[in-house]
Amino acid sequence: MSSTPTQPPRRLSHARDISRPGFYIKLVLMMLVNALGLYGILAAYGQREWGVLAFLVLALIIADYVYFSKRAIPGKYLYPGLLFLAVFQIYVMVNTAYVAFTNYGDGHNDSKPSAITQIMKTSDRRVDGTPTYPVTVLDRDGEMAFAIVDDDRVLVGDAEEPLTEVGDAVAEDGRVTEVPGATVLQLAEIQQRQNEVLGLRVSMTDDPDDGWLRTDNAAMAYVAKSLLQYDEASDTFTDAEGTVYTADPAQGLFVSDSGEALTPGWRVLVGFDNFTRMFTDSRLAGPFVSILSWTFAFSILSVLTTFALGLILAVVFNDPRVKGRTIYRALFILPYAFPGFLAALVWRGLLNQEFGFINEVLLGGANIPWFSSGILAKLSIIGVNLWLGFPYMFLVATGALQAIPGELAEAAVMDGAGPWRRFWSITLPLLLVSVAPLLIASFAFNFNNFSLIYMLTGGGPNYPGAPLPIGETDILISMVYAMAFESGTRQYGLASAMSIIIFVVVGVISWLGFRQTRKLEEIM
Amino acid sequence: MARKILANGDNDTRLRGAKWWSQVGWKHVFAILMIVYCVFPLLYVLSASLNPGGTLTGSTRLFTTVSGVNFADLMETDFPRWMMNSFIVSTVTAVGTVVMGAAAAYAFSRFRFAGRRGGLTALLIIQMFPQMLAFVAIFLLALTLGEIFPGLGIGSNLQLIAIYLGGALGSNTFLMYGFFNTVPADIDEAAKIDGATHAQIFWGIIMRLVTPILAVVGLLSFVASYGEFILARIVLARPENYTLAVGMYVWGSDERNAPWSLFAAGAVVAAVPIILLFMYLQKYIVGGLLAGGVKG
Repeated sequence: MSSTPTQPPRRLSHARDISRPGFYIKLVLMMLVNALGLYGILAAYGQREWGVLAFLVLALIIADYVYFSKRAIPGKYLYPGLLFLAVFQIYVMVNTAYVAFTNYGDGHNDSKPSAITQIMKTSDRRVDGTPTYPVTVLDRDGEMAFAIVDDDRVLVGDAEEPLTEVGDAVAEDGRVTEVPGATVLQLAEIQQRQNEVLGLRVSMTDDPDDGWLRTDNAAMAYVAKSLLQYDEASDTFTDAEGTVYTADPAQGLFVSDSGEALTPGWRVLVGFDNFTRMFTDSRLAGPFVSILSWTFAFSILSVLTTFALGLILAVVFNDPRVKGRTIYRALFILPYAFPGFLAALVWRGLLNQEFGFINEVLLGGANIPWFSSGILAKLSIIGVNLWLGFPYMFLVATGALQAIPGELAEAAVMDGAGPWRRFWSITLPLLLVSVAPLLIASFAFNFNNFSLIYMLTGGGPNYPGAPLPIGETDILISMVYAMAFESGTRQYGLASAMSIIIFVVVGVISWLGFRQTRKLEEIM
Repeated sequence: MARKILANGDNDTRLRGAKWWSQVGWKHVFAILMIVYCVFPLLYVLSASLNPGGTLTGSTRLFTTVSGVNFADLMETDFPRWMMNSFIVSTVTAVGTVVMGAAAAYAFSRFRFAGRRGGLTALLIIQMFPQMLAFVAIFLLALTLGEIFPGLGIGSNLQLIAIYLGGALGSNTFLMYGFFNTVPADIDEAAKIDGATHAQIFWGIIMRLVTPILAVVGLLSFVASYGEFILARIVLARPENYTLAVGMYVWGSDERNAPWSLFAAGAVVAAVPIILLFMYLQKYIVGGLLAGGVKG
């Protein structure tokens, strides 16, 4: 094995030596990983998610190679972390950039074929002269299904699967009462899932022209067909009046000559539309510019106020003659130790206009609209953030002060400098050198301080007339949230475009902070 | 003012009277004012939590009635579940973060392989962008994953953990990497000569020597995911899956109908473990170890 005495004897690693427990731990772990991976591959195949499928196959092959190969030792340590990083950080960032160039959102949620099916199913009508069926609503593994009796056969189908005959089902008086592998939903459950019942369309056969079953009351079902005729060759819909809707690949919509569109549309790339909309849409441009400037104002003021108060405290209490400093210090950092999300909610209660402690008790029953006036809401936010943030600055400044050598101050005293002169010309410049990266980090943090804004004011008071629920205290990230989740129609494309703007700002800020700390030199 | 000679023979340089007030005394007054400012919102929550059946209005008179009934009522609500969810999510995230971050730091610190420099630089760049900035895409990914792995779907705590772990490597590897580099490589060379495998060196030697940084990173990660709001808010759909941040937001933001005294009692219970952790962690913050570790 080893040729020279200095060479270590080659030993099997624990994970390769069949007599060691490490071997079995690794074996079990890899079995679990492979089982999970194969399950995911099959499920992705079932869902027709080809991208996910390809990724899972690749990830599984790499995992097996890395952990069964004798080489790739660094890989064994890096792989788990890198996998999570790749999926939940790198992929989502790349996808943000991609979605920013699409019209993804409510009304443009899916691919074109599913949009066509959706259009047909939403504009349907009962076919005259067809029979009605007593219908039973089923739950099959979480998917809702209809069951009917036709010519003494029990037929079951759901949103994806057309009606097919099921053996072993029990029916009484023309109504299905039992289906193997499914539960019959009772009235209470049907009421709970009412929208799902009313929205369900079960195709009669594989051919959409045969129509589908639907129900208005969960008791009787009827056959309905689309009022719209889809022509594949010309890629158009024609309705009963003869209006033709042509597919417009630029908008992802079927549009008639008079400009009317069918919903839903499908996802398409729209280029820079989402970016230009922030400036060209007159209802958005005004609020957007105000929100952008408030975001900067909020972050800068937050850093300045918290640093100023923290520094004052640090300088005042960096004095050994003051007894009890340890206790003072512990109490000063209480606001920082208190979880931030709770603090924002507590202050929201304290500042409540009608019942809050501040108005009722401290101000003797005043009625100051802390959150419904724009200026006051902004002041409240800065004030609350001061309470939340100054202890951190106090800790940091204290640490930095103690690192400044005392001889400098002594030398300045010798030269006749007074306390103010010493502070401005010696202490502060030295302090700023070490604290500047932290101030920049604090700026970047506040730039995206979503939870404070969202919990304290919810962004309000809202701008009247804006197409989104955005307000005067919203910052960029809470505006993105409103676009993606709180407006009537979710606009993921627009929201992602805004996220890109935040990415750019944060990138620039971090780069500035980076040059300060020169971390790059450390790693090289 | 005559100088007194102290028992040990030194001059008594302690200040007295007006001079004491102008140089030291006012600092105590200032400290007391600041303490009032720091503590009164916390006292207010404590008082509201002890005020039985209190609404926002009823909570303005501090400590007029004191009873533990709110804490008992709290047990009847979803709150214990939220607390448990928060603890499970934060603990698993903290452990996962420590293990994956330490493993990556070990690889970067002890092995020389192709792509090492590139990997470090890439991590440094990724570290600049907090994961939560991509929350829209994270939500869309959660939707897709939920169809494939039902356990990882929208609304599950497992999904939230997976998302938090995705941000783990980017934010902590560097802190650990620097620390791993301070452990002399001679130690593992010696172990290697004695026939130790790379796994033995990692688990048996390095991990033991860097325990302090592991504890700090773990606690910090715990505190961060305990207070994380935006991702939890978009991923968790059902009240029984909420973490504390989402659940307390739902209670605290509804001033008119919300059970304010229950919120206050919940806030007290939720805050105590974090306050204790922070009191312990503050020395690391002062020491500059957590430079830039801004709390969420």
